[in-house]
Formats: sequence, C-alpha cells, structure tokens
Amino acid sequence: MNLFFEFIATLKNTVIDVLPILSIILGFQLLVIRKPIPHIKQVGFGFIYVLIGLALFLLGLEKALFPLGKMMAEQLTAPEFIHAGEHVLSSIHWSDYKWVYIFAAAIGFSTTIAEPSLIAVAIKAEDVSGGAINANSLRISVAIGVAIGIALGSYRIVVGHPIHYYIIAGYVVVVIQTFYCPKLIVPLAYDSGGVTTSTVTVPLVAALGLGLASTIPGRSPLIDGFGLIAFASLFPIIAVMAYAQLTEAKAHLAEKKSEKRNRIKKNKQNLNRNNNKAP
Amino acid sequence: MNHQFFAFLKALLGSCKDLLPIIIVIAFFQFIVLQQPMPNIGDILVGLVLVVLGLTFFIYGLEMGLFPIGESMAQAFAKKGSISWLLTFAFCLGFCTTVAEPSLIAVAKEAAIVAVSGGIISNTIESQLSYANGLRLTVAFAVGFAIVIGVLRIIRGWPIQYLILGGYVVVVLMTMVAPSWIIGIAYDSGGVTTSTITVPLVTALGVGLASAIKGRNPMIDGFGLIAFASLTPMIFVMIYGMVIS
Repeated sequence: MNLFFEFIATLKNTVIDVLPILSIILGFQLLVIRKPIPHIKQVGFGFIYVLIGLALFLLGLEKALFPLGKMMAEQLTAPEFIHAGEHVLSSIHWSDYKWVYIFAAAIGFSTTIAEPSLIAVAIKAEDVSGGAINANSLRISVAIGVAIGIALGSYRIVVGHPIHYYIIAGYVVVVIQTFYCPKLIVPLAYDSGGVTTSTVTVPLVAALGLGLASTIPGRSPLIDGFGLIAFASLFPIIAVMAYAQLTEAKAHLAEKKSEKRNRIKKNKQNLNRNNNKAP
Repeated sequence: MNHQFFAFLKALLGSCKDLLPIIIVIAFFQFIVLQQPMPNIGDILVGLVLVVLGLTFFIYGLEMGLFPIGESMAQAFAKKGSISWLLTFAFCLGFCTTVAEPSLIAVAKEAAIVAVSGGIISNTIESQLSYANGLRLTVAFAVGFAIVIGVLRIIRGWPIQYLILGGYVVVVLMTMVAPSWIIGIAYDSGGVTTSTITVPLVTALGVGLASAIKGRNPMIDGFGLIAFASLTPMIFVMIYGMVIS
C-alpha cells in the first residue's frame, strides 16, 4: 500500500514535469495548426504509457539503484578503502584509485545501456536508416564512449588537471574524425553526446564526482565535482564516429579480400587453360 | 489478444536485458570488491521489477504517442509553410521544456552555492535565488535558440559539421576569457538540458521535418537538433558568467 502511494506521488511529479510540453503541443495544435491530432486515441494512450512508465522507472531507481550506487561511490572513494589498513599518506598517487576508475567505467557503461532517451534515439536511427545502423550496436558504442569518458573524468579529478585541456583535446579529435568518417553518421554522432546523460546516468555520476572531490585533499567538491557530465557527453561522439569508421573499414577490407580471391581464381583458371593448351 | 500479450512479454524481456549490466556491475562491486552483503534485498528486488516495468511501458508509449505526435506536427508545419510559426514552436519547445527541468534546477542551486563561496555574489537568499534563476533562464533561452537554429538548418539544408565545429571554436575562445569558476558549470549545463521526454519528441520533430521537406535526407538532416541543444548552453552560460562578474 505504501508503495502505491509512493507511485502516485512520483506520477504526480512526472505529470507536472510534462505539463509544459503538453500545453505547448496542444496550444500549437489547436491554435496554429488548427487540425485534430491524427490517431488521437492511440497518441493519448501512448502519452499515458510514457507517463506511467517514467514514474515506475524513477520510483524503481530511487528504491533499488540510486541508494546502492551512491553508497558504493562513497565507499570506493573513502580513504579507508583506498589506503586499506595503512595510515593516510600525505601525497596521493593516481594508481591508488584503480577501483574507482573501473567502477566509473562499469557504471557509466551499464547505466547508458538502460538510458531511456538513448533507446529512443537508437530506435529512431535504426528505423530511419532502414536497418543500416543497428540500434544495439549504436547503444553499445555510446556506452563505451561514456565508460571511457567517466573513467577519464575521475582520473582528472584525482590528479587535479584543469578540465578544459581535456575537453579541448576531445574537440580536436572530434574535428579530425568528422572529416574522415562516413557523412551519414555525423549528425547522429553529435546527437549521441546529448542523449546519454539523463535519468539514470546523471545522479550516479554526480555522486561519484562529489565523493571523489570531497575525499581527495586539495579538491573542492563544488568546483571539481562538476565536469564529469561534460566528459560523459563528449566521448560518445568520438565512440560513435569510431564505430562508423570501423564498420566502413571492415566492409572495405572484406571487399578487398574478395577481390583478391577472385583475382587468384582467375589467374589459376588462366594457368589451367594455358597448361591445357601447351601440349 | 494472445499476440499482443506475447509482444508485451518480448518487450519485457528486452527491458530485463537492458538492465542486466547494471545488476552485474553492482553485484560484482558489492560482493567481490567491497565484500559486503546486499542491504535490504527486498526493496532492491521490488525496485528492479518497477524499473523493468517502467522501461517497457515507456518504450511502448514512445512508439505509440511521442514519435507519432512529433512527426505529425512536423508534417503539419511543413504543409502549412509558415516558417515563423515553426520557429516560434521550436523556441517554445526548447525554452519551456528546459526551464522546468528538475536536473537543471538542481545544478543551478549548487552553482549558486559555488558562486557564494567564490565571493561572486553576496551570501543572501535573495541573491542566490536570483543567480540560480538567471542561470536557469539563460540555459532555457540557449536551448530555445538551439532548436530554432537546428530547425532552420533542416529547412535550409546547411551541413551540420560547420555549425557545430564553429560552436566548438566559440566555446574554446570563450573558455579563455570567461571567469574560471563558471567553466565547470557551463560545460555540465550542456549535458543536463535534454530530458527523457524532450529527446524523443525533438528527434521525431527533426526527422519528420527532414522527411517532409523535399531534397532533405532524414538521416543527414533529421538528426542533430539535440547536438545544438547541448552546445549553446555552454556558450550562453559563459556569457552569463562574464556579465555577472
């Protein structure tokens, strides 16, 4: 029963969040387009499903994943875990935090796979490309990008480098890749940077950043705690373009191989023909 | 009926698969790295069931409601042929969905605390509130502006890379002149703006527009709206920081 009331409260919040979007859609549909919404019944039910789904999803995250994930982020970054048994050293070494980087990458990857807005974009991309882009491969590439991004972002907090060096270097890689990768993927790759960081990823990643920045001497949680999200939105762009480049290279290689095979076959045939003619 | 039930079951199974990596990661770190028992396992199981159900419903509703409405509105605007109304709609969609975004409200609040500790604004509730609200309005305006530029790009068929890369150059240049306390917040504000309902809607709008306008490829021209929405907030927030100091 308690769960039911919690669900109603979450649903109410979700509806309030969606209200501005709904009123804009209805306002423009009724006042500017002035036509009834096509398949109104189906669309209405769809909206209700989205609201219920989102409310259930958020409630489940609050109950199961967020408390545990946040606790883990705190425990893994706690000085007692990092310097197990020893006295806290005056200087920290970046390799003391190896479990933090592994956790950052693993949690970045797994939360991105479950991210609803990424699922939406991946479905649309597979649909529009006629199956040339596979929704699951796209999601896995984005998740790898987020994993690398958050692990690197954690490393940055530990060593205390200024954030903009990393971001600007990432931009340079994006620029170079843009010129060499298949044109079809470029807009989708740029988009994938923005969609990765929403419902599931942000709270856990924020907890990790805050935990790191507040336990490492010399870091300010308020200044260094920010910035992990920026890493999580830059690296998926690189990962998706890399995925497209790899797919293209593989297709190119397969083509070359089959060409070579054909050539060898032809040579053999010619040789056989010549041999037959020779006597 | 039977057919529908199986479709639902299949969707449910898909959601379980989506969630599996998180469960593995959490179990691995809890049992093997931290070597601790799982606390209140009942709550966690209930929560996981809710998450799986929620994800399944969300994806169902996505294809029934959010995608069709986004595309049908894009087509209606394209048929109507009024660019100014389309751009007004684009701005409203970007602005209104962002200004009420919960994660943005949270980030703005934290940013206000940073600003107080940095001595940028005075330590009163009013000045903190006005700073946080200013930040929210700035980001919301930036997202509205981004969707307008993105829609304009789809109509005109401008190549996306020059616009985005140009935006990057602006971000880099601004980073050099903007006060250092705003940079982390500015970079993060690009990522928090795009919520779970806005993303499918905006994507459907872009793809719908690109397929309704002759000579546009939905793959090349339809995507990219979200990219603008995560770029412009960085620029606008850095401008906000420069104005304030």
